[in-house]
Amino acid sequence: MNDDHAISVSQLTKRFGSFTAVDAITFNVKRGEIFGFLGANGAGKTTAMRMLCGLSFPTSGQATIAGFDLYRDAEKIKKNIGYMSQKFSLYEDLTIRENIRFYGGIYGLTDKQIKSKTDFMVDHLHLENQVDNLVKSLPLGWKQKLSFSVAMLHHPKIVFLDEPTGGVDPVTRREFWTMIYEAAHEGTTVFVTTHYMDEAEYCDRVSIMVDGRVDALDTPLELKRKFNAPSMEEVFIQLARKAKRSDN
Amino acid sequence: MKQFLFFVQKEFYHLLRDRRTLFILFGMPLMQILIFGFALTNEVKNTRIAILDNSRDEATAGIIHQLEASRYFDIVKNIRGYGELEPAFREGKVKLAVVFPPRFQYTLLHENSASVQLIADATDPNVANTLANYATAIIMDYQKSMKGQQDFPYTINTEMRMLYNPQLKGSYNFVPGVMAMVLMLVCAMMTSISIVREKEMGTMEIILVSPIMPIRVVIAKMVPYFLLSGVNIASILLLSVFVLDVPIQGNLVLLVSECLLFTVTVLALGLLISSVTDSQQVAMLISLMGLFLPTIMLSGFMFPVENMPIPLQIVSNIVPAKWFYYIVKNIMIKGLGFGYVWKETLVLTGMTVFFMLVSIKKFKIRLE
Amino acid sequence: MNSAVKVNNVYKSFKKGKTEVKALQEISFEVNKGELFGLIGPDGAGKTTLFRILTTLMLANKGEAWVDGFEVVSQYKEIRKRVGYMPGRFSLYQDLTVEENLSFFATLFNTSLQENYDLIKSIYQQIEPFKKRRAGALSGGMKQKLALSCALIHRPTVLFLDEPTTGVDAVSRKEFWELLHQLQAHGITIIVSTPYMDEASLCDRVALMQESRIMEINSPKGITENFKKPLWSVRSADMYKLMLDLRSGDVVDTCYPFGQYHHVVFKKDPHTVEEAKQAIATISAKDLEVQRIPATIEDCFMELMRK
Repeated sequence: MNDDHAISVSQLTKRFGSFTAVDAITFNVKRGEIFGFLGANGAGKTTAMRMLCGLSFPTSGQATIAGFDLYRDAEKIKKNIGYMSQKFSLYEDLTIRENIRFYGGIYGLTDKQIKSKTDFMVDHLHLENQVDNLVKSLPLGWKQKLSFSVAMLHHPKIVFLDEPTGGVDPVTRREFWTMIYEAAHEGTTVFVTTHYMDEAEYCDRVSIMVDGRVDALDTPLELKRKFNAPSMEEVFIQLARKAKRSDN
Repeated sequence: MKQFLFFVQKEFYHLLRDRRTLFILFGMPLMQILIFGFALTNEVKNTRIAILDNSRDEATAGIIHQLEASRYFDIVKNIRGYGELEPAFREGKVKLAVVFPPRFQYTLLHENSASVQLIADATDPNVANTLANYATAIIMDYQKSMKGQQDFPYTINTEMRMLYNPQLKGSYNFVPGVMAMVLMLVCAMMTSISIVREKEMGTMEIILVSPIMPIRVVIAKMVPYFLLSGVNIASILLLSVFVLDVPIQGNLVLLVSECLLFTVTVLALGLLISSVTDSQQVAMLISLMGLFLPTIMLSGFMFPVENMPIPLQIVSNIVPAKWFYYIVKNIMIKGLGFGYVWKETLVLTGMTVFFMLVSIKKFKIRLE
Repeated sequence: MNSAVKVNNVYKSFKKGKTEVKALQEISFEVNKGELFGLIGPDGAGKTTLFRILTTLMLANKGEAWVDGFEVVSQYKEIRKRVGYMPGRFSLYQDLTVEENLSFFATLFNTSLQENYDLIKSIYQQIEPFKKRRAGALSGGMKQKLALSCALIHRPTVLFLDEPTTGVDAVSRKEFWELLHQLQAHGITIIVSTPYMDEASLCDRVALMQESRIMEINSPKGITENFKKPLWSVRSADMYKLMLDLRSGDVVDTCYPFGQYHHVVFKKDPHTVEEAKQAIATISAKDLEVQRIPATIEDCFMELMRK
C-alpha cells in the first residue's frame, strides 16, 4: 500500500441480488486531497460511500481506508474518519456545548481535551454568546460550520462530507470552504459527495459515477477541457445523460 | 360533492394500504374482548370451600353431601364459629363459605322456609358470582328432591354475602369498557394522527391552497374512521353475545345509537387534538395520556367510580367515556330503556357539540 | 391590472419564545404577467414565508399584496382557485400511486386530468410509464415532475415553486428549468425560489434576498452589470496559501474562492494582466494564472451583502 494514499479502492463491488449498485470501482485519494465524489441520483454514490465508511461490506474487491483494511479493521476505520451530512450532524435540541461534549465522548476524548476543544471552537467560530444556546437557534450557516468542526473533533485522517453546503449564503459558504481548505492543508483528507456541481469546482480532483462505475476522474479544469465544457455542470450532464439506469 | 367523495376515497387508500395499522385496528377489539372474556373467566373447578354448620342435622348433612359430590367444590374445612371464617378467607384458603343457621331442619320443616348463607370472596367478582350461583343451584336441587317426599313445598332461601366488592362491579362490565377503549383509539388517535400527518408531510399546505373548504377536509377525514368504528362496534357486540354469552338485555337500536353518538364525541376530540399539535408523535401521546388513560382509569370500567376519592370522582365527570360506560352498561347489561339514560345521553351530546364547535373554530384555514 | 403579483411593503415577524424574529421586512415588488421571476437567497432569507403569504397560507403583520388582481387576505378564496403551489418539501401522498395523486389533486380543484392535458402533457408523458407506482417509490427527479404536474393540473394563472430544485441532481435540474420555460410559453406567470445563485440567470428577473430583505431586483444581466468594480480571477498551485496571502496584504480589496479560481478585486485596479500578476507576485506566488472576468450573480450577491 502506498503511504500517500488515504483511500485506496480496487475493484470494489456491491451487489444487491441481481442488481449491481457499485460495479468494480477503482480509485485512489491522496492524503490531504479534497476529493469530490459525484453522481446522479441512483448512480451508486451513497452505497459506495457507506462501504468506505465501514457501514456496509462490499460484495467483492479491496479497499484500504486511512491505512486500514475494509474487511478486517472496519472498527479502526470508524475511529479514524469523521462524517458530516447536511441532513443530520448535530442534535438540534442540545446546546452547542452539549453537542461537543457528546461527540467528544463518543470518540473517547478526555474531559480536559473536550474542554480545550470547546474553548478552541468557540473562539474560532466566534460563538462566545451562543455556546449555551440550543443548536436549533443557530443560523444554518453556523450550524454547518459547527458540524464540520465537530466532525473534525478527533482529528480524523479522513473526513466525509455529504452535501455539506446546500442552502447557505455565498459568504458563509466561502467561509466553510476556507475551513475545508484549512483542514486539507493540515493533512486531513476531505471526501465530498454532492450533486451540486459548483461545489465540485472547489475540489482538487473529482470523480463522476454513472451506473455504478466511475466514468471520469480528474481535476475539474482537466475534466472541463476533456469534455470541452464551460462548467462542471456541463461535464456532468454529458456523462449522466449516457446513463442507462437513470433514475427509474 | 365529488370533491368530498374523492377525498374520502383517498382516506380509504391510506387506511387500506397501511396493512399493519389496519390489522391492529380490526384485531385489537377482537383480542381485547377475547382476553377479557376468557383470561378473566370463571370456569370453576374444585374450588376450596368452608362449611359452618350450626345445625348438624339431616338436612344440612344432605346438602353438604351434595356439595361435596359436585365437581365444583372441595370442602377443606369444617369450621365451628364465625371467628374462624375471616382468617380462612384472608389467608386465601377458601373462596366460599356455606353457613347453616341453628335448627336448620327444624325451621325448614316447621316453617316451610329456611335460610342458608353463602359468603364469597369477591375480590374477583366474576368468580364469586359463579361460585355463589353454583352453590345455590346445588341447594335448589336438594330442595327439589325433598319436595318429592312431602306434599307441601319447602323453601330454602340462600342469602349471599359478597365480601370486598359488595356490588359485584365488573362482572360483564368489560364489554362496554372495551368498547369505549377501542373507540377512543380508533377515532380519537387515528383521526388526529391522520390529520397531523398531512401537516407533517406538507400536503396540508397544498390542500389549504386549493379551493376545497377546510371543513370538508375534516369531515372527509372522519368518515373512514366512523365506518371503521361501526364495524368495531358490531364485532364487539357479536363477539360478546355469541362467544362470551353476554346478552344484550336492552334495546339494540338504542344501544347502537348511543355507540354512534360516542363515536362522534371521540372524533371531535381527535379533531381537537389535531388542531393543537403539529407532529404525529405529540398527537399520539396526547391521545394516549389525555384520552386513553382516563378512559381506563376514570370511566368506572376498571375501578368503580364510587370507590374513588371525591376529587377524582369530580374529575371523572369530564371523561366522556364515563358517561358512555354508564349508558352502555345500563342498556346492555341491566336492560334499561332510554328513560333511565336520557340524562347521561344529554351530557354526552352536550360534550360532543362542545368539542365539535371548539375544534371547528380552532381548525385553521391558514398555516399559523 | 397588468401585474400578476404585487407586493407592497410587507412585514412579517414570528414569536420565538420571548424574542421576535423578523422574517420579512420592507418587501415590495411586482411580477408582470407571464414573467419567470426568481427569488434568490439562502435558507432563512424569508423566501418560504413570502410564498406562504402570497398563497394565502399566512397573514402578513403589515403591508398588502395582490395575486392575479386579488387581495391576499380578503379575497383568499379567489386566489386559492387560481394559483398553483409546490411547497419546498415533497408534498404528495407517498402511499398513493402517481395516477391517484394526480386525480386526487384534479378533483380537489374541480377539474380533471383530461381538461388541461395540453398543459401538463410534456411533463406527464415522462412519468406516465410509472403511473401505477406509488409516489414514495419514485426517484427525486420523477417526484419533482409529479409534484409539478399536480400543481399545474387546474391551469393556474400564477405558479409558485418553493425551492423546486433542492436535492435534485444536475440533469433533472436542467430538465426542470427547461419545463419551466415551456410553461412560460403557455402564459403562466412563474415565481420560483432557489438558494442556488447559478439558477438566477435562467429567470427573466430576480430578487436577491438576504436576512428578511430584498437587496436588489433586476434582470440577471442588469444585476451583473451593476457590479462596477473590475474583477479578476486568479489561480496558482497552492490556492489556500494564495488566498491567505491575498487577504493579508493590502493589495487586494476582496478575495473569495470560486472553485478552481479566486475572484479578486484590487484596491488599485491594474490596467493589464501583467500588472495584476506583478501586484500579486509582491505578496504571494509567482506561478499565476490571471484573467479579467465579468462578475457572476454570486459576486454581486456577496457585494450586496457587504453593504
